[in-house]
Amino acid sequence: MDYLKAFIVGGLICVTGQILIDKTQLTSARILVLFVVVGCIFGGRLGWYDRLIDFAGAGASVPLPGFGNTLAKGVKAEVDSRGFAGALTGGLKSASGGITAAIVFAFLSALIFNPKEK
Amino acid sequence: MGKREILKSDKEYDRLVKEASPNSPLFKNCLRAFVSGGFIRCIGQLLMNIFSSYGIVAESRNMLVSVILIGLASFLTGLGWYSKIGKFCGAGSIVPITGFSNSVTAPAIEFKKEGFILGLGAKIFTVAGPVILYGALTSIVVGIIYYFVR
Repeated sequence: MDYLKAFIVGGLICVTGQILIDKTQLTSARILVLFVVVGCIFGGRLGWYDRLIDFAGAGASVPLPGFGNTLAKGVKAEVDSRGFAGALTGGLKSASGGITAAIVFAFLSALIFNPKEK
Repeated sequence: MGKREILKSDKEYDRLVKEASPNSPLFKNCLRAFVSGGFIRCIGQLLMNIFSSYGIVAESRNMLVSVILIGLASFLTGLGWYSKIGKFCGAGSIVPITGFSNSVTAPAIEFKKEGFILGLGAKIFTVAGPVILYGALTSIVVGIIYYFVR
């Protein structure tokens, strides 16, 4: 059941992205930015996104809006514990794991692999 | 019938393109995105279930799952497989966190030959940069609003 929910919700989020790509010619970088920002807004406002994660598990946390949601949750937690300064530190603090992992793995891959001939 | 007759004008050409590509690609693309996107989430869910059976708390569980998927996607990108998968999956491979990883790794490999500092080091943020910038901006706005209307 977990998997079915994850599959359907995750799939629907991807379909949204696909429609955006096909209909508006947005580049994938813009889609990434858009989804993170949207996830952050929905995560910040009333914790909507957390409810979706409760329902769909990885279906909602694996796609990029989940990354945005992490930013929003982090910033809220930091504002709670540190006050106003938390608005500056919270977002990237909570996302640091994902960002660091992405650039470290990217670096390692770049060390190992060479560009493929096209 | 010569080529000139077939491609009479740009308008004619546009019409022909529209005729030759009806709505079905969108539907087909969406179906592919749905299935492949759903499949990646299932891998995520599987990892999550494994971690929770080891009693890892939700916060670090989500992060661990992301990190594993990021690492996997980065490796597949290096092998040159991710772009092949991506051609088939469309948004199904872009929207998950694996797409983020792919878009970080691809330029890093591509620009390695321009040097490790200004090539790899700078280009690694080609896509990650905007995502981090606008993510951070949004999170600051969310944080400030939250501070006042908590």
